[in-house]
Amino acid sequence: MLNSKIPAGPLDQKWTEFKGHCKLVNPANKRKLEVIIVGTGLAGASAASSLGELGYKVKAFCFQDSPRRAHSIAAQGGINAAKNYQNDGDSVFRLFYDTIKGGDYRAREANVHRLAEVSANIIDQCVAQGVPFAREYGGLLSNRSFGGTQVQRTFYAAGQTGQQLLIGAYQSLERQVALGNVTMYNRHEMLDVVVIDGKARGIIVRNLVTGKLERHFGHAVLLCSGGYGNVFYLSTNAMGCNVTAAWKAHRKGAYFANPCFTQIHPTCIPVSGDHQSKLTLMSESLRNDGRIWVPKKQNDNRKPSDIPETERDYYLERRYPAFGNLVPRDVASRAAKERCDAGYGVGTSKQAVYLDYADAIQRYGEIEVSKRNLQDHSAETITRLGKEVVKEKYGNLFDMYEKITGENPYELPMRIYPAVHYTMGGLWVDYELMTTVPGLYCMGEANFSDHGANRLGASALMQGLADGYFVIPYTIGNYLADEIRTNAIPTNHPAFDEAEKSVSDTISRLMNIKGKQTVESFHKRLGKIMWDKCGMARNAQGLQQAIQEIRELKKEFWSDVRIPGAINEMNPELDKANRVADFIELGELMCLDALNRNESCGGHFREESQTEEGEAKRDDAEYSYVSAWELKSEHEWQLHKEDLVFEVAKPSQRSYK
Amino acid sequence: MEHYTMSLTLKVWKQQNSQDKGRFETYQVKDISSEMSFLEMFDVLNEQLIREGKDPIAFDHDCREGICGTCSMYIDGRPHGPWHANTTCQLHMRAYKDGDTIVVEPWRANAFPVIKDLVVDRSAFDRIIQAGGYISVNTGNAVDANALPVDKDKADASFAAAACIGCGACVAACKNSSALLFVGAKVSHLALLPQGDPERKNRVLNMVAQMDREGFGACTATGACEAVCPKEISLSNISRLNKEYLAAGLEK
Amino acid sequence: MKWSDFFTSSVGKKFVMGLTGLFLISFLIIHVGVNACMFADLSIFNPADDGTMFNIAAHFMGSMVVIRLLEYVLFLGIILHIVQGYVLEAKNRGSRSVGYDVKMGNRGSKWYSRSMGLLGTLILLFLVIHLAHFWVKARFTESLEPVSYRGVEMHNMFKEMLIVFKEPLVVVIYVLGCISLAYHLAHGFQSAFRSIGVHNKKYNLMLTSLGYGFTIIVTLLFILMPIAVYFDWVGYHN
Repeated sequence: MLNSKIPAGPLDQKWTEFKGHCKLVNPANKRKLEVIIVGTGLAGASAASSLGELGYKVKAFCFQDSPRRAHSIAAQGGINAAKNYQNDGDSVFRLFYDTIKGGDYRAREANVHRLAEVSANIIDQCVAQGVPFAREYGGLLSNRSFGGTQVQRTFYAAGQTGQQLLIGAYQSLERQVALGNVTMYNRHEMLDVVVIDGKARGIIVRNLVTGKLERHFGHAVLLCSGGYGNVFYLSTNAMGCNVTAAWKAHRKGAYFANPCFTQIHPTCIPVSGDHQSKLTLMSESLRNDGRIWVPKKQNDNRKPSDIPETERDYYLERRYPAFGNLVPRDVASRAAKERCDAGYGVGTSKQAVYLDYADAIQRYGEIEVSKRNLQDHSAETITRLGKEVVKEKYGNLFDMYEKITGENPYELPMRIYPAVHYTMGGLWVDYELMTTVPGLYCMGEANFSDHGANRLGASALMQGLADGYFVIPYTIGNYLADEIRTNAIPTNHPAFDEAEKSVSDTISRLMNIKGKQTVESFHKRLGKIMWDKCGMARNAQGLQQAIQEIRELKKEFWSDVRIPGAINEMNPELDKANRVADFIELGELMCLDALNRNESCGGHFREESQTEEGEAKRDDAEYSYVSAWELKSEHEWQLHKEDLVFEVAKPSQRSYK
Repeated sequence: MEHYTMSLTLKVWKQQNSQDKGRFETYQVKDISSEMSFLEMFDVLNEQLIREGKDPIAFDHDCREGICGTCSMYIDGRPHGPWHANTTCQLHMRAYKDGDTIVVEPWRANAFPVIKDLVVDRSAFDRIIQAGGYISVNTGNAVDANALPVDKDKADASFAAAACIGCGACVAACKNSSALLFVGAKVSHLALLPQGDPERKNRVLNMVAQMDREGFGACTATGACEAVCPKEISLSNISRLNKEYLAAGLEK
Repeated sequence: MKWSDFFTSSVGKKFVMGLTGLFLISFLIIHVGVNACMFADLSIFNPADDGTMFNIAAHFMGSMVVIRLLEYVLFLGIILHIVQGYVLEAKNRGSRSVGYDVKMGNRGSKWYSRSMGLLGTLILLFLVIHLAHFWVKARFTESLEPVSYRGVEMHNMFKEMLIVFKEPLVVVIYVLGCISLAYHLAHGFQSAFRSIGVHNKKYNLMLTSLGYGFTIIVTLLFILMPIAVYFDWVGYHN
C-alpha cells in the first residue's frame, strides 16, 4: 500500500505542522552525512547548494559539461508566485486552486498547497541571489499574466526566465563547490542506483570523457534528472534530456507514476523534414495577440495572403468563443491536430496552422496613430507603427522564428504546430519527495507530484526551485536523522560490485551487438510510434498496437544496433544507446498507463472518453487516482493506486466555451 | 522561402583524445536541405559515417535552441559560423550553397583543451565562477523581494550582462584567448545590482586572479569577442570590469 | 591585495599600458605643438621666421628644469610601455598553442587593433632613428650649430632638421613611422580609456571620435614636417 505520508490537519497547516515536528540533524552529524544529487537543473542545483549550506557533504552529478547547461535554462515565460504584488486578488489559496484545477484534478492537494506556500520565498531568494527579474520604473518587480490566469503573478526576465533562475542556482552551487561543501562531477551519467538493505546507498556513474565506471556512496540519493519528453524523439527538450536516471531507479524498485501524462505545447515551430532533430517552442505569450486559423477549404495550397478573410477558419474562436485563442495548452493543441488531421493543415508538410499577427499589427498601428495624434492615417503608417509595437513586445520570438524558418513573421503568418514539451508523470514520491525506495528522493520534473494531468504555464520553474530550496532541506533531515549512526559504506561492498558489474555487462552487451542500424534510427522509430499512438489523442486499439510495436522494436534494438567506437573513451553514440534503451522500456509503460486510464484528463486524451462535441471527458468516479507502476519483470508491471482525496478543491469539469 | 538541397565538402578537426595530435579529415555530404540546422547536417554526416563503419565526429550540443551555451564550433574562421548574434545550433543550412567547402575547428585556447574532435573542456569557466561569480546568500535568508527597489536602467543593464550563455565564443574569437568578456559580463551583472554590492571588490579581484591562473590572455579590446557573441554582450562590460578592478585593487 | 599582485594581473598590466599610453599621448600633444612652430616659416605665415619660433620653443623645452625632469618620467613611461607591451604580447601569444586553420581576420575587429605589438615595434625602431637624429645630438654631442636670439645662445635645431630631412630615405622612414603611430593611436587612444575603466557608452563614443580626430591631426602634422622641409615649403629663404 502506498503511503503518501501527508501530515494530518487542515490543508493550510500541513506544511507548518510538518516543519514544526520533523526530525533534525545536528550540525556535527551533518558533516558526516553524504548526499548524492543527480542532475543540476533548477531542482538539483538548488538542492545541492541548499544542502551544502546546511553542512551535508554533497556530491552533484550532471551529464553536461557544466551544471549551467541543464535544460531548465530554456524555459522562457516566467515563474509564478503568490506574492500579490499587483493587488489583484492573488493569494496562496488561489495559486493552489489554479494549479489543482489546471492539473485537471489529478494532483495531490497537500503537495500543491505547499508549492503555493513556498512560491513567494522563491522570488525573495532569487532576487537576493541577483536574478535580474524585469522591473517597473519605480524599481519594483514587474509581473505579467500568463497561461490564461486571471491574476498577474508571473515574474519574468524577458524571455529568458529559466536561464536567469538557473544561473542564480548554478552560482549558489558553485559557491558551495568553492567552499568545499559540494563536489561537482561534470560529464558524468548515472547508470544505476545501489541499494543496500533496502535503502539507496549510492550510484554507479560513467565518466563520459574516459568511459570509466565510478562508484559513489551516499546516505541518500536525490534524483533531479528532469523529464522524459525525448521518448517522442522530437520534443522541445534538449538533445541530452533522458529518463535513464529515473528509469534505473524504477528498475531498482521506485514506482513510476502517471507516465502517460505528457504536455503537448501548442505554439512550436513545425517539423520541416525527416532530418529534424528537435522542436523549438515559442512562448505561449504569442497567443495573447496572434490569431490562429486554417483555410476553410481542404488541401488549400494558396499563399496565406491570397486567402480572403471569408475563407479562413479561426477555429479556436469558433469553438471556444469565451476563451478564443487563449484556451489552455492541451485544448489548443488538440484543436490544431484535429484540423490538420481533417486535411486543413498548411505548409509543405500540411502539419501546421497559421498564427497570424496581421490583425494585431493593424490594431496596434491604429492605437499608435491616435495616441500620437498623427494626421497621416495611411495604411502604410498604421502598418509601420503596428509592426514597431509588435516588435517591442515579441521581437525576440519573431527573430527566433525567422532564424529557424527563414520567413519574415511580420509579413507572413507564422506556421505553428504542437510539440511535446513537458512530462507531468515521473517517479512516484511521497509528501517528503521520497520514492518507494527509502533514501531515494526525486525532485523537479523527474517526479510526478505537483502538476496532475496538465501543467500550467510558469509553474515548472516554481516547482523545481520549491523542491530544491524549500522542501528537501526539511524533508531529508527527517530521514537522515535516523542515519547518523550509519558510517560511510566503502564502495567495495558487494552491492556496489554487483551494480557496477550489471552496468558494465549492459554496456558490453550493447557494444557487442555490432548490428546494422544506428541508435538514432531506433530512437526516431520509437518516437514515431509514441507520437502516432500515444501522443495528443490515444485509443485502446492504438495503444495495444503501440505496445506490440515497442516490444518488437526493443528486440530489434538489442539485436541490431550499431555503436561505433570503444567503451573506455568519449563515445556519444554509446551514451545515446544507453538512453534510448531506457526510452524504449519507458515507452511501453507509457502506453500501458495510457491504456489503463480510460478517461480524458489534462494532457491525456482518450478518444473513447469525450463529449458529443469532442471535448475531453474526465471520469472522477473511476480514475481519481495516481497510477504508480511497479516493475515486476520484463514487460510486466503491477499497478498501485494512490487515491486522490479533494477536501478543499472540489473537482469540476473544465469548460472554455 | 525557396528550399533547395546541396552537396558540401567538410573539413573537420578529428582528434581521438586530449593526448592525440589531431588532424583534419575531409568528408562529403549530399542532399543537405537548406531547411536543416548546421548540427542536423552533422547528424546526417554522423549517421552516414556510422553506417559506413567509420568513426563519427564528437561535438558538444544540447538544447539546440541557442540558450544552453553547449555548442561550440569554429566554422570557417568564425565561432558559431557566419550569422550575427547566433549560436551554431541556430545556424541553418540556407547560409550555404551547393558545392561549398566548410572548415570546422574546435575552440582553440590553452585554457580550453580539446577532449575529442570538436569537444573542448570549458570547466575553467566554472572555476572562475567559483572564485566569486555569485552573491553569498544562503537559502532562507532573503528579505522580501520588493524590499529593495532597483533602478530599472541598472536592472536592465544587469540583465543584458547576465544573458551570457558561457559558450566561450569570446575566448575562441579573441586573438589572445582572453576570457574578459565572459568575466566582465558576470562582474557587471552582479556589480550593477545593490544585492551584489557587499562583495563586489573581492569578487572582481578573485575572478580575475582565477582567470589569469587558467591561462587566458589579456584583453586588447579588439572587439572580436563582442562581434561573435551570440547574446551580443557589450564590450562596455570589460571596461566596467576594469573600473571595478581598479577601484578594488587600489583600495583593498 | 598586494601591489605586486595588482600590477602582475592581466587587468593590472593593461592598466599600466593604458596609463602610460595616455601619458605618452599627452607628450605627443606637446611634441607636436613645439614642432608645429616650424610651420611659422611657411609662406602663408611668415617666410622670414626662418625657424626662430621653432628654435626658441625647442630651447625652452630643453632648458626648463621641470621639463628636463619630466623627460626622465617620459623615458620611464616609454620603457614601461614597451616592456609591459612585450610581456603582454608574449603571454597573449602563449595562450593559444594550436592556432586556427582559417583565421577570423577582419570579421569583427580591425587589423590594427590586433597588431598593436607589431605597430609598437615599428614605432620603437622609428624612435631609435628619431632619437639619434635629434635628441642624442642635442643632448650629448656638440655637433649642432649654435644660433642666438636676443642674446640667448641655443642649438639651431631648425637647421639640423633641414639637413636631416633633405635625405629622401629619411623622409620615407619618417612618413612610415608616423603611419605606424597613426594606427597605433587609432586603437590605443580609445582602448587606453577602456583599460582604465571608462565604461559609459556615451563617453566611449565620445572618446572613440576624439581618438580618431586626435590621431589624424597629430599624425598629419608630424608627417607634414619632413615633407615640408623636403619640398622646401620651409627653410632659409633669404
